[in-house]
Amino acid sequence: MKKELGIFLGLLLALTMVLAACSSGNSGESENGSGSSDNAEGSDNGDTTLEIFSWWTAGGEANALQALLDGFESANSDIKVENAAVAGGGGSNAKAVLATRMQGEDPPSTFQVHGGAELFQWLEADSMEPLDDLYEENGWTDIFPQKVIDMNTTDGSVYGVPIDIHRGNVLFYNKQIFDEYGIEPPKTFEDFFAAADTLQENGVTPLALGDKDPFGSSSLFETVLLGVLGPEDYSKLWTGELAFDSDGVREAAETFKKMLGYINDNHSSLAWQDADQLLVDGEAAMNVMGDWAEAYFVSKGWEPNKEFGWTATPGSQGSFMIVNDSFGLPKGVENPDDVKTFLTYLGSKEGQKAFNKLKGAIPARTDVDMSEFNEYSQSAMDDFKASDSDGTLTLSLANGSAASPGFLNKFNDAVNIFVTQQDVDQFINALTKASSQIK
Amino acid sequence: MTKSLSKGIFYALLVLFSLFFLIPFYVMVVTSLKPFDEVSIATMWQLPSAINLSSYAQAFAKLVPNFLNSLYIVIPATLISALLGSLNGYVLSKWKFKGSEWVFTALLFGMFIPYQSVLIPLIKTIQVLGLYNTIPGLVLTNVVYGIPLTTLMFRNFYASIPDSMIESAQIDGAGFIRIFRFIIIPLSITGFVVVSIWQFTNIWNEFLFAITITGSEQQPIMVALQNLAGSQIVEWNVQMAGAILAALPTMIVYIFAGRYFIQGLLAGSVKG
Amino acid sequence: MEATNTQKRDTLRQKKKPVSKDKVLAFLFLLPSLILIAVFVYGFIGWTGYVSVSNWNQLIPDMSFVGLDNFSSIFQTFRFQSDLRNMLFFTVFFIAGVVILGQFLAVLIDQKLKGESIFRNIFLFPMALSFVVTGVVWRWVLNPDTGMNIILDGLFGWTPGWYTDTTIVPTLQIGQIDFGIPLALIAVMIAAIWQMTGFSLAMYLAGLRGIPEELREAARMDGATERQIYFKVILPQLQPITFGVIVMMLHISLKIFDLIYTMTGPGANFVTDMPAVNMFETTFRGNYYAEGAAIAIVLLVLVAIFIVPYLIKSRKGEA
Repeated sequence: MKKELGIFLGLLLALTMVLAACSSGNSGESENGSGSSDNAEGSDNGDTTLEIFSWWTAGGEANALQALLDGFESANSDIKVENAAVAGGGGSNAKAVLATRMQGEDPPSTFQVHGGAELFQWLEADSMEPLDDLYEENGWTDIFPQKVIDMNTTDGSVYGVPIDIHRGNVLFYNKQIFDEYGIEPPKTFEDFFAAADTLQENGVTPLALGDKDPFGSSSLFETVLLGVLGPEDYSKLWTGELAFDSDGVREAAETFKKMLGYINDNHSSLAWQDADQLLVDGEAAMNVMGDWAEAYFVSKGWEPNKEFGWTATPGSQGSFMIVNDSFGLPKGVENPDDVKTFLTYLGSKEGQKAFNKLKGAIPARTDVDMSEFNEYSQSAMDDFKASDSDGTLTLSLANGSAASPGFLNKFNDAVNIFVTQQDVDQFINALTKASSQIK
Repeated sequence: MTKSLSKGIFYALLVLFSLFFLIPFYVMVVTSLKPFDEVSIATMWQLPSAINLSSYAQAFAKLVPNFLNSLYIVIPATLISALLGSLNGYVLSKWKFKGSEWVFTALLFGMFIPYQSVLIPLIKTIQVLGLYNTIPGLVLTNVVYGIPLTTLMFRNFYASIPDSMIESAQIDGAGFIRIFRFIIIPLSITGFVVVSIWQFTNIWNEFLFAITITGSEQQPIMVALQNLAGSQIVEWNVQMAGAILAALPTMIVYIFAGRYFIQGLLAGSVKG
Repeated sequence: MEATNTQKRDTLRQKKKPVSKDKVLAFLFLLPSLILIAVFVYGFIGWTGYVSVSNWNQLIPDMSFVGLDNFSSIFQTFRFQSDLRNMLFFTVFFIAGVVILGQFLAVLIDQKLKGESIFRNIFLFPMALSFVVTGVVWRWVLNPDTGMNIILDGLFGWTPGWYTDTTIVPTLQIGQIDFGIPLALIAVMIAAIWQMTGFSLAMYLAGLRGIPEELREAARMDGATERQIYFKVILPQLQPITFGVIVMMLHISLKIFDLIYTMTGPGANFVTDMPAVNMFETTFRGNYYAEGAAIAIVLLVLVAIFIVPYLIKSRKGEA
């Protein structure tokens, strides 16, 4: 009996050793061979690997990220960088992965996050370190626009370094098609529908939509909300001062419904890039998308004001919907100093220039020389500054800045249903019901 | 009389269905061998003008680390779960105790649960164990949730070993371990092959655990394939080459050990 | 458990001394697996149950008790109602497809034709693939702009929308949703049936090979036609296999996640959504942990309703 028990224990021990062996064997590899895996706690990254988490996997975005990382690595050759990007439109897959990793207390070294509600959720969970000292060291308080700093600030401390500013309310169009039918860029919904009718009569899909991810149609709807309500009322939606069953929202829903009559049939199998490809292929004339689409067009060899043109989405002339990507410092990372070195580079003129020239965004810094940027970006910077001084900057919901992820989830569900059913009452009900979760 | 006619019909039907079953393989292989400029809607069903391996090179570059991750997960998980399964199957078929049937049934239920119902606690537990986003974390998970199936398969397998053999060994003075070591194990080599092949396939193809408890660097191949396919900029030819690469090990297993694969399939269906 | 065990051990010791020692040892060897399953299956299910009645509907856990609120709120959502509808139709047609096609092909192959092993392998091969691979490939084959439609258009001028079709037939308003078969699911069914038919084919083939030739001979002597033999003699013999195939396919179908996630996603108007996908997105994208847990519990109960009686029955059948 004793002997047999011994064998039993031996087996158990062997089992444990197998587990342990494959654990250390693996971590040894990913760790530049430094065999200090006795410390079982947490991730096994050595102190020289920086894991940069984002959802920039496609075209111009991926190139921009690579340019940033290359620039950083050449300046800091002792720090090894790992590009941990997760694919999926609007970052919805990446956000799910990030949530499980943060839940698992295994945060990446730093991660892409939209300033505003999306960043604040991590503060509620007490997962982020404040970056006030970094701001002070670099004098960023005077260089980043106040509105953007606010999007990264809670309770007097700042938690994110903005890398770019995108515009959410842009309508892109195929210039050749517009010229062919003598269409002027639409400024109002009236213009838009007139143009759409002309296009439809001529067998061109007026509006390209790709909503395989609900993000596509949600982005479109929020620009309609902005266009119908105007920047002031639009912003009131997120503070609870304007209800979702108000007349304005209903009107926006009706307008959105009308627009859905002009989209491509196969929208639900397309991602946003595929929708832009319809413009490139000349099959559709217009697309409403954040100006990351501009980078997509450029990556396809199109030039601004040659092959494609742009204007603010109908009714939203003069206002600028901010989509800001920031990076922060999660609690519990092993190499906070390296992360700070990275964030410093990311906030520098050089880093912002390298990244944004390819990203199609404008730098978050207001002091970057725009002469090296293309025509589109220069005009976006002018629009941003004008809108900033007019006080008509707004936040994007579809990109996670305006309201909590919980509300966004329900909002996406409601939009997904509406696109097919087009039942305004049901849509308004669903939004009103969800609105208790905006905060 | 009508025999040859009906044979003809049977053949026709079989060929027809075979064609249907082969469509995806045809598309996968043909597309993966084309260069990008040939992958267009109009030529989707045509053979490539010349064999081009560039999409494999691209898919390879992207997926090889994940392919290796999968190997590091599958091999230990398969071995450990097979070993545990054979022990359990041995106990539950040859050393029945009062209530052992119910214990077995309770164990078996673990094979049928939707894993969503354990996902939230699993993430928490794996994290407390310090195994989150690690390969051992996925090994442990796959071992635990593989136990019911391997136990079932071995139990069904051992049921065919006559009890009289065990009894006569006992009369000769052999105990629990000696019988396992010298009678059961030599008789269950096939069993081990069958169970290992089946578990290898299952764990290689597993997706839900992989996507929830690993991040980027430790991701097994199936998650990486989904990522590759999810990013719109990756062309179809590369996706198809990636799909072939991801399916390669299990396809090879099937080609070379199809007989055992089917035995496993039969042994894993509850009635043994 | 411990107590009864000691008791049993004592009684055994009195009867047969040498065996009882081994019995204890046998139990000891079983113990690690039992503990693992007790914790990772039953403990975790209990834990999920606990989350499902809590208020944890944001990132930070809040385990205060809210009763069945999460259940009532998920049942009221359009999305979950759609999931239940989709699951029902998917399950029925998927199982029917796998059973009928598998049996049909098995009977064809069982005719002792030349090259039967080639055919058998073609049908079984998809079983070796992962649902992820199946999803990636079929997504392209059934893409409405490429794939099958090019051929169908050329042959019949017919271009179905496959998984992008939002039509639901017939349209009966029940709750918030239209009740009927979402046509988009047909694309998913094709992929799933393609993958799993091999399973039932192998089961039926084994069953057919197990039917003694004398049985057929006897029927032939009685003057039965081949057709009659098939329906009167063979089919009844295969019934237990059909039952087993149904149970195995049922739990695969109720749990289906990978295929939907890679092939179509929830789909426009949630025509291809399933509870397992909804649970994943609700929990990890929306941070509604408690609602996600509630969906998981509903799913578990659905599976248990079918599986537990089957497990109990097959235990009793053996004893």
